[in-house]
Amino acid sequence: MKEKLEQIREEALRQIGEAGTPEALNEVRVAFLGKKGSLTTVLKSMKDVAPEERPKVGQLVNEARAEIESALESAKLKMERAIMEKRLEAEVIDVTLPAQKNPMGHRHPNTIVLEEVERIFIGMGYEVVEGPEVERDYYNFEAMNIPADHPARDEQDTFYVNGDILLRTQTSPVQARVMEQGKLPIRMVAPGRVFRSDEVDATHSPSFHQIEGLVVDKNITFADLKGTLAEFAKELFGADTKVKFRPHHFPFTEPSAEVDVSCFKCKGAGCRFCKGSGWIEILGCGMVHPHVFEMCGIDPAKYTGFAFGIGLERISLLKYEIDDMRLLYENDIRFLNQF
Amino acid sequence: MNTALSWIKAYVPGLSCTDQEYFDAMTLSGTKVEGMKRLDKNLEKIVIGQIVTIEKHPDADKLIVCQVDVGTETIQIVTGAPNVKEGDKVPVVLDGGKVAGSAHGDGTLPEDGIVIKAGKLRGVSSAGMMCSIEELGSDRSMYPDAPEYGIYIFPEDARVGADAVEAMGLRDTVFEYEITSNRVDCYSVLGIAREAAATFGQPFEMPVVEIKEEQGDVSEYVSVEVQDKDLCMRYCGRVCTDIRIAPSPKWMQRRLAASGIRPINNLVDITNYVMEEYGQPMHAYDLDTIAGHKIVVRRAKEGDVFRTLDGQERNLDSDVLMICDGEKEIGIAGIMGGENSMITDSVKTVLFEAATFDGANIRKSAKRIGLRTEASGKFEKGLDPRNAQAAIDRACQLIEELGCGRVVRGMAEDGIAPAPLVEIPFEPERINRFLGTEIPAAAMLDIFRRLELVYEEEKQVLVIPSFRQDLTGFADIAEEVARFYGYDKIPATLPCGEATTGKLPLKLRIEEKARDMAEHWGFSQGMSYSFESPRVFDKLMIPADSELRRTVTISNPLGEDFSIMRTTPLNGILTSLAVNYNRRNKNVRLYELGNIYLPHQLPVTELPDERMQFTLGMYGEGDFFTMKGVVEEFFTSVGMRAGTVYDPDGGKPFLHPGRQALIRYQDRVVGYLGELHPQTAESYGIGTRVYLAVLDMPEVVKSATFDRKYVGIAKYPAVVRDLSMVVPKAVLAGQIEAIIRQRCGKLLESCHLFDLYEGAQIREGFKSMAYSVTFRAADRTLEDADISAVMKKLLNGLEGLGIELRQ
Repeated sequence: MKEKLEQIREEALRQIGEAGTPEALNEVRVAFLGKKGSLTTVLKSMKDVAPEERPKVGQLVNEARAEIESALESAKLKMERAIMEKRLEAEVIDVTLPAQKNPMGHRHPNTIVLEEVERIFIGMGYEVVEGPEVERDYYNFEAMNIPADHPARDEQDTFYVNGDILLRTQTSPVQARVMEQGKLPIRMVAPGRVFRSDEVDATHSPSFHQIEGLVVDKNITFADLKGTLAEFAKELFGADTKVKFRPHHFPFTEPSAEVDVSCFKCKGAGCRFCKGSGWIEILGCGMVHPHVFEMCGIDPAKYTGFAFGIGLERISLLKYEIDDMRLLYENDIRFLNQF
Repeated sequence: MNTALSWIKAYVPGLSCTDQEYFDAMTLSGTKVEGMKRLDKNLEKIVIGQIVTIEKHPDADKLIVCQVDVGTETIQIVTGAPNVKEGDKVPVVLDGGKVAGSAHGDGTLPEDGIVIKAGKLRGVSSAGMMCSIEELGSDRSMYPDAPEYGIYIFPEDARVGADAVEAMGLRDTVFEYEITSNRVDCYSVLGIAREAAATFGQPFEMPVVEIKEEQGDVSEYVSVEVQDKDLCMRYCGRVCTDIRIAPSPKWMQRRLAASGIRPINNLVDITNYVMEEYGQPMHAYDLDTIAGHKIVVRRAKEGDVFRTLDGQERNLDSDVLMICDGEKEIGIAGIMGGENSMITDSVKTVLFEAATFDGANIRKSAKRIGLRTEASGKFEKGLDPRNAQAAIDRACQLIEELGCGRVVRGMAEDGIAPAPLVEIPFEPERINRFLGTEIPAAAMLDIFRRLELVYEEEKQVLVIPSFRQDLTGFADIAEEVARFYGYDKIPATLPCGEATTGKLPLKLRIEEKARDMAEHWGFSQGMSYSFESPRVFDKLMIPADSELRRTVTISNPLGEDFSIMRTTPLNGILTSLAVNYNRRNKNVRLYELGNIYLPHQLPVTELPDERMQFTLGMYGEGDFFTMKGVVEEFFTSVGMRAGTVYDPDGGKPFLHPGRQALIRYQDRVVGYLGELHPQTAESYGIGTRVYLAVLDMPEVVKSATFDRKYVGIAKYPAVVRDLSMVVPKAVLAGQIEAIIRQRCGKLLESCHLFDLYEGAQIREGFKSMAYSVTFRAADRTLEDADISAVMKKLLNGLEGLGIELRQ
C-alpha cells in the first residue's frame, strides 16, 4: 500500500513537471485527484485495509494528496505568471505618442478677470447685481449728482436714444437703483457693459466693461474704503501688492480717490506696463456723496458708504499683456485659445 | 494745464524741492501731475560766446571760420550760418557738450540729444558749435526774436562766458497737471501755487497789484449795461490809452511759451498772461471801433448771423449771450470776439473786458454754435465773480509796467452783487468719524488756514473763500482734511457692522454653467458690440415687416454701422466666425453671452427688454447633431431634464429650411438651432457649413434649477427589445419616440436609435430605423407577459404611422 502510494505520488509529480499548458495540468489533476483518479481509487480501497492500519494509511493518502495539490497549485501559478509576462511584453506602447485630446473651449480674458473679481467680493459678503445697459438719463447722471449741463457730462461722451434714454456711460447708475430699493445695509458689486462714443482704436472701444461696488451702512469710513480695496488688490494681484490712494474728483463721491497698485509686472521697479513709474492706476472710488444719498432716499446723517468702479478691460489688458484692445472684440480663436 | 515751476515759485518763494518731490507731493495732495519736462534736457556745456573775428573758409564758399570768446578762452568754430557778424553774442556748445535737436529740427527731438565734439570741417579745426533755436530744443514760435535761419543771437547786455541755457530761461521744468472739473480755481497759476503752498506748508504770496499813474476817468470813455443778468453775473471794463504795440519782455514770453502759448505782442501777451495767471479769460477791444462807446450785454436775436474774428459766420439763437456796442453785436460772450471789433496793430485805446457768465449757458452755446475756445472752456466751469476785478486790475498794472500804455482811472461795471460767502459748520468729531481717523481739531484748523478758509470760532463755522466754489458741505470739508492730512496716513480697516451674505443670483449662476458647458464642448467665448448696422437684417434675410426690425436706435451713433441696438445676437457671432474663416482658422467654435434689446414700443419711451442670449456658432468638425448635443447637455446641467421638443418648422429665414428647429421646453420656445442658410453664409463670406444655436436665457432661467433629488438605483433587471422598422420617410424620429414613450408608459426606462439607413435595400419612400427599447420595473422582475402586452400596444401605435417591423 505504502509503495503504491509512493509510486502514485512520484508519477503525479513527474506528470506535473511535464505539463506545458493549463489544460495539461488540469488533465493531471483529473487523472490523480478526480473522481476516478488513482489516488481517489486508493482512498476507495481503504475498506480493504485492516481497521488498525487505517488511520496510518489515511494519513499517508492525505499527505500524498496534499503534496500533489500543492505541486499542482505552484505549477499553475508559475504558468499563469509566465502567461502574464508574455502578455505584458506584447502590450508595450510608445508612451511618447501624441495624447488623445478633447479640446476645451476658452473663456474670454474679460470673463476670467470678472469671475476672479466677483469671487473676491462674494467672499467679503457682497451680492452681485445687474442693471440695465440702456438706461435713463436720471440714473446715469442726475442721481449720480451730475445735473444737466454739468461739465462732467463732456468727459463721458454719451450715446443717446432720446433726451431721456441713453446707453449707460458707467455702471454707477446701478448704485442708485439698488439704494432706491431701501434695503440696508448694502454690499454689492455690479459688473456690466458701458458705452462711450470713442472711435475704435488700440486703446479705445465704444463699448467696454466696468465693475461697480457699493457699501452703505452706519459708520462706514474712508478707512474702510481703503482697507477693503487694499484687501481686494492683494487678492487679485498678489499678497505683496501695495496700494496708493490719490485724491481725485468724481461728482458722486466725496472725498474721492484714484487707486494705484504697485505694478504687478515689475513689482514696482518700473517697466513698460507702468510706464516706468512702478504704479498702475486700476480704479476710482470715494465716499458716497450726500446728494446721491438724498436723491436715493437715504439719510446722509445716519448712513455713510463708499463706492468704487473698476475698468475690467484695463485689468485684463495689463494682466495678459494684450497690446491692442481691438483683439478683445475680434474673437479670433488664436487669440481666445491663449486664455 | 502746463506751467513752468519757476512761475509757481514766484508766488511760493519758500518752495524748495526736487522735480520728483514736487511731482509726488502735488499728486498726493490732489493736484495730479500728468507729466514733467525739463526744458534744459540734453543741453550741456553751452555758454554765451562773443564772435571776435570772422574769416572765410579757405576751401568752402558756404562756410566761415569764427574766433569766439567763451569767457575762459577764445576758440575757433567753423559754421555755415549766414546770420552772424563780428561782435554777436551767441550760444556756444563746447567740446563734449550736448544739444537737444538738429539745426532745422522737424519737431521731434532725439531721446539722448546730440553730442558735439571738436573736429575738422573741410580741413579746418572747429572746437565747438554755435546753436540755432532748434538745436536748443525750441522753435521760433516760442522765441519770436530768433532768426528764421541761423544762430540765435543774445541781446548786447548778455555776459560772455555765462550759462547760455540759464540766460535763455531754460533752466526750468514744465509740469503738466490734470485738473478735475470741480477745481475751476486750479485752471490758473495762482490756484496751483496756492495748492503747492498748502502742500509744502509754505507761505503763498499773491502778486502785488498796484497801478502808479492813473489818469482821467473811465466814465469819459465807456459805459456798461448788462441787460440779461441771469446769464452775465458781472461785467468789468477798464480802459488803457496811448497803446504802443511792441514785443513783451523775455520773462513774460518765457512763461507763456512754457505754458504752450505763443508770444505775439505785449497787448495780446498780457491778456493771455492774466488768463493763465488768474484763470480769468479777458478780451481786449479797440475802443475806437465801439459805437457810442457803450457796452450792452444781452441775448442775441433768433436767427442773427455773426462773423467771429476767425472770419467764420456763426448762426445765433436767443439763448446765446452777446456783447454789443451802441449799434451792433461785437462779440459772442465768453466764446469769441467779433471781426468787427478786432484789435489791430494801429490800436490807440483799448477796452479790457473781464466778466462772469453763466457756465451752463456758455457750455450749451459753444456746443450749438460749434465753437469751443480756450475762454469758453474756462467760463463753462462757472468762474468766481470776484476774480474778474482782480484779473482786470492785474492786466492794467501790466500795461503800465510793460510800458504798453496808460491806465484810465476806474472800472465800468454792471451785474448782480456777488453771493455772500458760504459758511460750513466745523465738526471735527464728525470728520474723524467719517474718515476713520483721530486728527486733532487744531491740525484740521491748520489745514484750513493754509487753504484760506477762515474759522469763525464763536459760530464754529468755516467761511469759504469765493474762489473755492467746490466747497459746499460737510463731505467737501472732510475731503480737504483728508488730502492735506494725507490719504496715505489714513488707516486701512474693514467695515464692521451687520454681516451680509455674498451671493451670485440664479441668472448669473446659469450663465456660468452655460460658459462651462460651452467650453466643455470646445466653444470659446467671444464678445461683440451691442450696436450694429440696420443692414444686418438684409444680410440675415429678415422680412421687412419682422418685429426684429423694430429697434432701439441711437440718435448720435459713431456711424450707421453702430446705430441700432441689436435685436438678434446672430450678426456678432457670424461676423466673428467670418473673421476666423477669412484667416483660415480651422474647426472654429465660438459662443457669446450678451444682451439683445427689444423695444416695448416705438418711439422708445420706456427702457427696452434686455434679454440675455446664449449663442453658439461653429464650422468645421461637427454637424447639426453636435450642436443639438451641446444644447441638451446644457439643459441637463441646469436641471431641464424632460420635455425638450424640436419643432422642424422653425421659420427662421437665415437658417437652412430643412435643417432648423425651434427648441421647446415644456411647451415654451426657449431658442432655436440649425444650419446657416447657404445664402446667408455667402453674405458673410463663409464658404462652409455653419451651425448655430441661440438660447433665450430669460426663458431658460424660468425652467432651470440646481435642485436635485436622488432616485433609487434599479434593483431589478432590465429587459431590452430591439425594434427594426421600415418607416415612411416623412415620419420623424421624434414622432416615433413620442409613440414609444406614450405606449410603453411607466415600464419604459429608455429608448435609443441605433441604426438609420436609407438606400438601395429599402424601397422608395421609406427608411430603415432600429431602436433599442429598455424596460424595467422598480418593484419586481418583469416577465414575458408584461413585455408582450406593452410591445403589442407599441406596435399598434407604430402601425398607425405606416411603420412595418422588419423580420
